[in-house]
Amino acid sequence: MKILIIEDEPDLLDVIRQSLEMEHFLVESAGTYLAALDKIVDFDYDCILLDIMLPGGSGLDLLRELKNLDKSDNVIIISAKDSLDDKLAGLNLGADDYLTKPFHIAELTARVKSVLRRKSFQGKNLVVIGNLKLDPEERTLTIGDEPLPLNRKEFDILTYMLVNKNRLVNKTSLAEHVWGDHMDQADDYEFIYSQIKNLRKKLKERQADVEIQAVYGIGYKLVRL
Amino acid sequence: MNLLNYTLKYLAIALFGIISVWAVIFYVNMLDEVYDSLDDGLDNYKLLIIEKAHEDPGTLTRNEFAEGNYEIREISKDQAKRTKEVYQDTLMYMANEKDLEPVRMLTTTFKMDKKHYELKVISSMVEEDDLIEDLFYSLIWLYIFLLASILIVNNFLLKKVWQPFYGLVDQLKNFRLGKNQNIQSVETSVKEFNVLNDTVGALVRHTLETYNNQKQFIENASHELQTPIAISINRLELLAEKNELNESTLETVGQVIQTLERLTRLNKSLLLLSKIENRQFEDVEEVSVNQVVNALKEEFADFAEFKNVTISVKEKADLYVVMQKDLVTILISNLLKNAIVHNHTNGAVEMEIGEDYLLISNSGSAIALDPDKIFKRFHKDSGDHNNTGLGLAIVKAIIDLYSFSISYGFTGKHNIRIHFQVLPKS
Repeated sequence: MKILIIEDEPDLLDVIRQSLEMEHFLVESAGTYLAALDKIVDFDYDCILLDIMLPGGSGLDLLRELKNLDKSDNVIIISAKDSLDDKLAGLNLGADDYLTKPFHIAELTARVKSVLRRKSFQGKNLVVIGNLKLDPEERTLTIGDEPLPLNRKEFDILTYMLVNKNRLVNKTSLAEHVWGDHMDQADDYEFIYSQIKNLRKKLKERQADVEIQAVYGIGYKLVRL
Repeated sequence: MNLLNYTLKYLAIALFGIISVWAVIFYVNMLDEVYDSLDDGLDNYKLLIIEKAHEDPGTLTRNEFAEGNYEIREISKDQAKRTKEVYQDTLMYMANEKDLEPVRMLTTTFKMDKKHYELKVISSMVEEDDLIEDLFYSLIWLYIFLLASILIVNNFLLKKVWQPFYGLVDQLKNFRLGKNQNIQSVETSVKEFNVLNDTVGALVRHTLETYNNQKQFIENASHELQTPIAISINRLELLAEKNELNESTLETVGQVIQTLERLTRLNKSLLLLSKIENRQFEDVEEVSVNQVVNALKEEFADFAEFKNVTISVKEKADLYVVMQKDLVTILISNLLKNAIVHNHTNGAVEMEIGEDYLLISNSGSAIALDPDKIFKRFHKDSGDHNNTGLGLAIVKAIIDLYSFSISYGFTGKHNIRIHFQVLPKS
């Protein structure tokens, strides 16, 4: 899978690149409007991460260019502007998702994978790891052949952990993803532990091939057994 | 004491002094003139009498004043030599007044047919005590009349003249930074007021500019800080993932991440606060408070359960407010979060929705908080370092933005009540 990051901030670019390479993606990057234009004209990518504000031009123009070229690359806009107008403009021009900076790396990974899944399975959108089969659209989980009922939050946690498997997921990122933005300031997110505990118990009872480990002081990590 | 009365006070004192001094000078001058003309009259009379004595020696035997105003007495040569011509004041019985009255008397000598005579001529004179009394009363009346006219002039004319000043003061009194007001300069032809207008105008413009720059600075600073902090956290996460770290190093990394996340929260709150104060939430719509409250109750359920706090909602009415949608959620979620965080185990949070109010009560510390301080930025009552100290400041900023009111009360529980302005039902 080939991913192009169009981002002018070298630090952020480096962090995204490192993280995506850990997921074994092939990562290329462009730091200016013209460099990005060269790349999207010459090559095809499975996913493009696109910053709107670029030296030399607007990311929205690159989206138009992609449309003109009739390319079906998946695009996720990453923008510092939390503006609804930009978001709507981007999505109307064919972007698949919109992420406001700053974001958690785990969140970006989840979005990238979700976009790629939709593309490769042509709608059949399944996450399969070992004996686990998770359908994000239908919100069902089967272990082996038996369905395992989960409540909404357990399901969201598991989905997020599965797409970030083997990766360290910060508990803030997990809390924001599952509980929403309004939970920030809630002290230390210790409360998410009880949901994790229930989820672990259910997975263990059904002898799932995955386990959620705690990484002290930082968050959690889902590993294949 | 206002300016009008203040000037009047000093004018009253000054006028009193001026009129008193003037009265003395006037009196002395007038008296001097009166004496002068009396003495002239007496002198003239003297000449006429002496002339008459030459024609009619019978006159020389008049040694009593009687009906004439003179007496003549023969004196020795020595006496005549010693006597000088003098004008003097003396008292004499007046038949009409039946009393001794002051008279002006000229005593002089003359020589006729080798005989010396003494002549005394009198003239009725001003009654000084009466004159002083009359003068005193006239002056008192003048004084009162002057003060009264100054008062009237002050009240009618000066009030009108000072109108631009009071207009400006009224505007300044109601002026609040951040309320998007401007000072209207008041039309006037008085130079001093125009200078004041211009100065105040320039001061206000400068203050607003500084204030806006500072607000903008806070917003820009928070905005610019976001990405570096996020990148630092990301890099630390990547470092922690590398499996090269032992447990104690990992723990330290975790602590640094937590500290940075606190910084992120603080920064986010500051940014939000600036955005609210910079009025960047404009698109208002009708929002159901009941819906928001119930949704948030659901969202906070896990957190409340972890804290062992029960949340209950009492819906006495359907409350709709016209606000920006996100701000309604931020407003209520901040209050709810606060009520849960500053609670004790087995505590309770009660929310009540009324026709035009939302009441949030929570158990917690047994001491009332200081209502003047809790809505201030960075005010922290607890030692909880996870608290940014901005939650209630954000609440206050939203309340101020929409001109709602918020109050705090303590009844064993902490009660925060928001009074909304609700549109009349159509």
